[in-house]
Amino acid sequence: MVRVLQLKNVTKRFGKHTAVDQLTLTIPEGEMFGFLGANGAGKTTTFRMILNLLENTEGEIFWHGKKITYAQSNEIGYLPEERGLYPKLTVKDQLVYLAKLRGMAKADSVKALKSWLERFNITEYENKKVEELSKGNQQKIQFISAVLHNPRLLILDEPFSGLDPVNVEMLKKAVIELKQSGTSIIFSSHRMEHVEELCRFLCIMKHGKPVVEGDLTEIKRSFRKKNITISADYDLTFLSETAGVVKYQETQQGCKLQIASSEDAPVVWKLLTEKGFVNKFEVEEPTLNDIFIEKAGESYA
Amino acid sequence: MRKFWIVFSHTYLSRVKTKGYIISSAIFLLIICGIFYIPDIIERFTGEGEEPVVAVIDETENQQLYEALSSGAEDYQPILFDGNEDEAKQAVENEEYEGLLVLNQSEQNLPEAVFYGMQLTNSTSDDMEAQLQQIKVAQAASQAGVDEAAMQEIYAPVSFERQSLDKEAKTEEELAGSYGLVYILVFALYISVITYGMMIATDITNEKSSRVMEILISSSSPVSQMFAKILAIGMMGLTQLALIAVAVYVMVQIRGQELSGGFFDFIGIANASPVTLTFALIFFILGYFLYAIICAGLGSVVSRMEDVQQLVSPIIFLVMGAFFLAMYGLNAPDSTIIVVASYIPFFTPMIMFLRIGMLGVPSWEIALSIAILVATILLIAWISAKVYRGGVLMYGKGGSFNQLKEALKLSGNIKNKSK
Repeated sequence: MVRVLQLKNVTKRFGKHTAVDQLTLTIPEGEMFGFLGANGAGKTTTFRMILNLLENTEGEIFWHGKKITYAQSNEIGYLPEERGLYPKLTVKDQLVYLAKLRGMAKADSVKALKSWLERFNITEYENKKVEELSKGNQQKIQFISAVLHNPRLLILDEPFSGLDPVNVEMLKKAVIELKQSGTSIIFSSHRMEHVEELCRFLCIMKHGKPVVEGDLTEIKRSFRKKNITISADYDLTFLSETAGVVKYQETQQGCKLQIASSEDAPVVWKLLTEKGFVNKFEVEEPTLNDIFIEKAGESYA
Repeated sequence: MRKFWIVFSHTYLSRVKTKGYIISSAIFLLIICGIFYIPDIIERFTGEGEEPVVAVIDETENQQLYEALSSGAEDYQPILFDGNEDEAKQAVENEEYEGLLVLNQSEQNLPEAVFYGMQLTNSTSDDMEAQLQQIKVAQAASQAGVDEAAMQEIYAPVSFERQSLDKEAKTEEELAGSYGLVYILVFALYISVITYGMMIATDITNEKSSRVMEILISSSSPVSQMFAKILAIGMMGLTQLALIAVAVYVMVQIRGQELSGGFFDFIGIANASPVTLTFALIFFILGYFLYAIICAGLGSVVSRMEDVQQLVSPIIFLVMGAFFLAMYGLNAPDSTIIVVASYIPFFTPMIMFLRIGMLGVPSWEIALSIAILVATILLIAWISAKVYRGGVLMYGKGGSFNQLKEALKLSGNIKNKSK
């Protein structure tokens, strides 16, 4: 595994406030890395340090083993959470200019942008001003501006917010293809199902420190708590007082439980069978949402 | 450095291509061509050079006053009216005549006159009054027994010649020539600094408010972007000035022969020395950079267009101060306040140029003022670059000077590496 981007003990302080604290991360090549955390956990600050917008107080950031500088900016693509384009410029002028700033020749960028516009079914907007476009289409242009110059590292901050499901799928497909073509992607989102779907590696930040980091399957496996989905015809509320049950949530068919460890599952099963027939009893791995809520300590809708 | 030129050419071209720029340039050119045709236009409006006709009723003996008046009448044409006063007034009301002049002899046997016109704002009556005054003086003098030769001697102007001992002082002709030039350049600098300074500040705030800034500064260093912008908008201003200069040159070539004298001598472009023009360009460029760099720094700390005005207004007042000081200085270029102000960098571009244009300023003084100005520009560029690096990442809050402090603080956190 080639480590394209490495952060070593990176710390960022603003006065007395520590935004990022001793962060050590490795982004593998051609993989998608989920970078999660509550608001204010230090995600944007970390991105800005990678992008050379902010100087890290301590530690070092390496790109292919060398310290990162503006010299690498041509190899990086960035889709910021706060979307930004020139409202008065046409789609084409805008994308060509932004690609030029990333070191791409004009002719190449025109060719690339045409194929991207085609891919996203928005060829008719090539010579329209960005302000005339719908929000969803602006978002697509923003995405194109991040990937047009074929970056080796792509930072996506909430890339799918504000898009309808059809467009989300379209962009997702594009992201997956970029990954397969060898682009390393840092993906930040509050939509856990997207992260689960796309990322093999991830890191959850809390107060500037990583609280969970590594391979998603291993993280799930090592997370002791499991979920049980039960559906039965009788009252299940008694389960909420059972030892080992951490969380109890009623559903239409029965309930959902979170148990402290997999050893508690047979105990619950035994209690149930004593009561009567069970339609459904399923022990599941925890979802990323569960892990996030547990580790980052804040809930997301 | 490549990205510097990308930002430069993008800013320059996207500005030059805007409708506003093309229209304002076209208007400037039209005005300039128009100025060269002003005398023609005025002539057309004043009835193609025809002199106004004035009806005269002379009640003196032998109509001697009318004789004297008509023999020396310039710019108007007196005609003896056949009829009484009421008829004459009626004729004026019917616009047959410009006015009616009723001449009389006073008890002292001196001329007296009453002028009737539709409007009293008419220069013809002044011409007649002046002429009548001469006649009156001549008559009074001859009544007092002074002969004509003596009169002429009395009225001959005194011989008075001005000669400067300072070798670098301007001759009278030069002074008259540079007065107009200084006036125009001070005005051009004033307009340019206000327009282009504001343009830079709003351009930067625009990129911030549309949030495209974060993408831009992740592509190339913010400081190089700031200077690329300042240079691009400066170039755009110079392009406009060059257009105007070419237009003036062409018009002088076309119309120069017909228009010598009067207004065009006042502007004095024809006989401006190349040295003065070179200084004009130097001070224009330095003045632009000084104010543009301040505006760039200020523009970077605010994120809403409404706040730009508020933050930039003290700078505008400063330029206005310099402008009014220069207007005062045109009439008193060697007063202490002007000399002192010419060394204050914010005033130097206008005031020092004024002194150079109007007086002979020793070269060490010019060198010193330029040195102070350049040093100030470098210092402010350094501060502005710091503010800019921090400012472009700051959002929210109104435009206050606390923002500047905050931007400087944030800038300490920002990478120094640039490429």
